[in-house]
Amino acid sequence: MSSTVTKEAILEILSEVKDPELPMIDVVELGIVRDVVLDAEGIHVDVTPTYSGCPAMQVIEREIVYMLNSHGFENVTVHTIFSPPWTTDWLSEATRRKLRDHGIAPPYLAAQAGSDIGELVSLRRARPAVECPFCGSPNTEEKSEFGSTACKAIHYCNNCHQPFDHFKAF
Amino acid sequence: MLRLGDDRLVLGHRLSEWCGHGPILEEDIALANIALDLIGQANLYLKLAGETEGNGRSEDTLAYFRDAVEYRNVQIVELPNGDYAFTIARQFLFDVFSFHVLEQLQGSAHRELAGIAGKGFKEVRYHVRHSSEWLVRLGDGTDESHARAQKAVNDLWRFTGEMFEADDIDREIVSAGIGADVGAIKPKWDGVVKDVLGRATLDVPSDTFMMTGGRKGRHTEYLGHMLSEMQIVARSYPGAEW
Repeated sequence: MSSTVTKEAILEILSEVKDPELPMIDVVELGIVRDVVLDAEGIHVDVTPTYSGCPAMQVIEREIVYMLNSHGFENVTVHTIFSPPWTTDWLSEATRRKLRDHGIAPPYLAAQAGSDIGELVSLRRARPAVECPFCGSPNTEEKSEFGSTACKAIHYCNNCHQPFDHFKAF
Repeated sequence: MLRLGDDRLVLGHRLSEWCGHGPILEEDIALANIALDLIGQANLYLKLAGETEGNGRSEDTLAYFRDAVEYRNVQIVELPNGDYAFTIARQFLFDVFSFHVLEQLQGSAHRELAGIAGKGFKEVRYHVRHSSEWLVRLGDGTDESHARAQKAVNDLWRFTGEMFEADDIDREIVSAGIGADVGAIKPKWDGVVKDVLGRATLDVPSDTFMMTGGRKGRHTEYLGHMLSEMQIVARSYPGAEW
């Protein structure tokens, strides 16, 4: 392999791989590409799953290999790493803006999702307001924590009367 | 690892049976989502179990080419779905257990296991929130939903003891700093379950007889039926890819 290839150049190529379920953001922005290592054997890409059962992960792994192959890099291996677990806190401000522009409310900080079981099983727990991506109103309500994909919840805006997806804090 | 994987694979499959039959669209989606999480987690544990065993069995081999007697799940997860109250009550009783198991396993000396558990722990937070909210709604709802939820809890109760049984394998991996100490989880589980049942206006059953044997491969008649359905495609077309 040419010694002029840099990790940055590989990341640039990988940014062409989009999340099949959220095609406005790519796998680098999503934070699932953890590292890229170039050595004599080729290119090693470390990826981390979002949700354990996310069906997009297999597609993404195949796509990463395909994308690098089609840029002329032959020996590509993808390693899955689990620790530390992926969190939506890794999404950048620019990525959050992209989500909002596409009608998906970005996640709040994952710590606010709670991990104390006493709080989790209480119906009266306070949760941060999710701002409507269309009109910006915080007067919204959660309709279902389970949406079209594992990472999204269904919300409704009481101000502009639009239903919208919320990228869950995770 | 086989135990962790089997609990989640079997329960995930049971939940997936609701797909297309959920009482409302949101719940259909919710149960399918939770099923996906559980099967995804099972996939990771079974892969690790196969690698640890070192006999070349993949996660697919373990899932699709073992008979009921080789499964190591607790019996509660293999019970048929029943009505929605039964599914929710079963889910709640397991979720609280799973929450505490994965919470502990995050600190496991086995790094890969700890990583997988850390990932699953984030997911089980959603699961326990979902099942506890629904149990309270059903229990503290109409006379009909209350009666059904109470019956579900009563029918399930004798299957809960098994989750906290520790055998030599458990004791060995706990002392090695790898596994979860289920005995230590029991009082925490009791506290959360009692709290939620109380808010659901449901009585905590008083029966003390507990079923046992799932971890040793003794299962209810239901597991065999479930596996025959789950495994038929893989067994009919071994090695098939799509």
